[in-house]
Amino acid sequence: MLAGTAIYAIINSVILALMAIGFNLTFGISGVANFAYGAFYVLSAYATWMMINLLGFSYPVSVLLSILITALLGAAMYRFVLMRVRGQALSEVIATFGIGLAVLELFRYFGFVGFEYNLPVFADYSFFIGGAFVDMQRLLIVAIGVVLVLGLWVFTHHTSLGLAFRGIAQDERTALTFGINPDKIAMLAVAMGAGLAAVAATVIIPLGTISPEEGYDVLIKALAVCIIGGLGSTGGVILASFVIGFAERFTDSYIGSHWTMIVSLAAILIVLAVKPSGFFGKQKELEERI
Amino acid sequence: MKKRKERIDRGIKVRSEDVFAVCSWREMLYLSSPRWLPVFIFLTLPLLLGPYWQKVMLSVAVFGLLAISWDILAQTGMISLGQALFFGMGAYCAGVMNHYFGISPFITLPLAAVAGGAISTLLLLPVLRLRGIYFSMVTLILPLMLVRVIEATKIFGGTEGLSGMTPLPSIWIEIYLIFGVLTAALFGFRRMLTSDFGLVLKGINDNDRSVTNAGINIYWFKIQALFIAGSVGAFAGAFMTHVYMFVGMPVFALDYSILPIAAAVVGGPGSLAGATLGACILVPLSEVLRGIGGLRIVFYGAFLVVFIVAIPEGLFHYAQRKYHQFERWVEVEK
Repeated sequence: MLAGTAIYAIINSVILALMAIGFNLTFGISGVANFAYGAFYVLSAYATWMMINLLGFSYPVSVLLSILITALLGAAMYRFVLMRVRGQALSEVIATFGIGLAVLELFRYFGFVGFEYNLPVFADYSFFIGGAFVDMQRLLIVAIGVVLVLGLWVFTHHTSLGLAFRGIAQDERTALTFGINPDKIAMLAVAMGAGLAAVAATVIIPLGTISPEEGYDVLIKALAVCIIGGLGSTGGVILASFVIGFAERFTDSYIGSHWTMIVSLAAILIVLAVKPSGFFGKQKELEERI
Repeated sequence: MKKRKERIDRGIKVRSEDVFAVCSWREMLYLSSPRWLPVFIFLTLPLLLGPYWQKVMLSVAVFGLLAISWDILAQTGMISLGQALFFGMGAYCAGVMNHYFGISPFITLPLAAVAGGAISTLLLLPVLRLRGIYFSMVTLILPLMLVRVIEATKIFGGTEGLSGMTPLPSIWIEIYLIFGVLTAALFGFRRMLTSDFGLVLKGINDNDRSVTNAGINIYWFKIQALFIAGSVGAFAGAFMTHVYMFVGMPVFALDYSILPIAAAVVGGPGSLAGATLGACILVPLSEVLRGIGGLRIVFYGAFLVVFIVAIPEGLFHYAQRKYHQFERWVEVEK
């Protein structure tokens, strides 16, 4: 029981981290809190579904295409909407929230709800580890999550584009003097965030079904993880997703599944009361948060 | 030949700015008519409308109050994405008091306003030290999570909610009560925001660190603003509980968070009159669009984006400018 719960807790934590990492990347680099994040997540899942079931594309092609499309839409959102209100946090939040809301409710309106809206799993067999059955999909999620986090770390620390990303995050004007175009980088950051949402959707959605509710859920979870971890810090996001992931899974096993949300809520309120900047949100603590 | 638009104050505006305002009826009318117009409309319109549109007017007033509450917070630099928190708190407070203790609506309404405001403030206390979008994020999450809490703990009727509240004695009392409160909130809080107290609140929005520098405890002022805004929202919720004679999980729904923001943004953020104007436009509009069902929220979302990007000043400021100034094209000097 304990080992099984722990394994599922780890999987749950990786899922949370996958959900949050795109949001966190966009915010950490461009300062845009992308409240349309959940919409991108659901959008990419529907795009994949349509390409597989309506257009008859093969699975890998549709996945790659939908990730690409979602990233392009993210870039378009930045270029045509967010760029006009750049720097006004309120307007950015309301604009992205409006977009996300419109997209999600549009899907709901057209009736994209039901069990048939599902993505295929990569491989359909399960293992017996530590007293619990774990299916291949969940193991793959963990693997992909680890690869993604490591890949992002290498990208932001050892490529010129990644270094430009971090430069913008640290000081936009100084970065400008080094010939880095903040608008271009911010656009790429929003696009990458959307793309990461699409990647997360591709691997996580097969565990359930696609629905507009999922969009709100992902947004809430991403926000919760980022707030607890400290926005803009990847280490914080990973730690926070493990804290919430373990707390959720253990309350689920030992108290009851209804209580998982209460645990996250309590975690957010307690962390904020004790340490308003989150676990690792030190970098910009003074300027932005308090 | 390049031209530019020049804006000049109308003569009557300049004349009525000073003590000369009392020199003729025209000036006095110019000053007072924008203020009397909404009051006049609120008083007479219910008499002309049928029962269905009277109910719509109740929603207008309720969302107007929520939008005012949003705008008070926004002017203090706290962007709330979860007005449903205040609304739901007030609704549940009134519902519990009426359902379990049988207290009359005329006592539960003010009590629930104060209690709902206080509970919301307590819930948001840990978040108060956060600024900008960090505050927004938490306010967005809170009502959505509270729904799950009610679902899980099954308190206050759980998913079924509480029903069988005492309604207010008649539709006329309902209408004139809520519009009285709306008018009082509109003019009262407008006055409050121009007083020294309001100046501090606006200062927190502009630059909170320099307000701290002036030896003012910004957290205490934020708490007060939060309590005021929370109470306004909670009153709206408590009122709706008695109108629908029901309180349940839908009171924390996203509608009650989105529509007030949309109203304030469309009407003109940064002015309570704008927020009220926005509610007066959007709520009847959404009634007309009722036929398209779920697509309404899509429209709200689109409205939000279009207005925030293209017309960030909002309708009220636009109308205000037209009222006070005239425009003409002049040639650009070389």
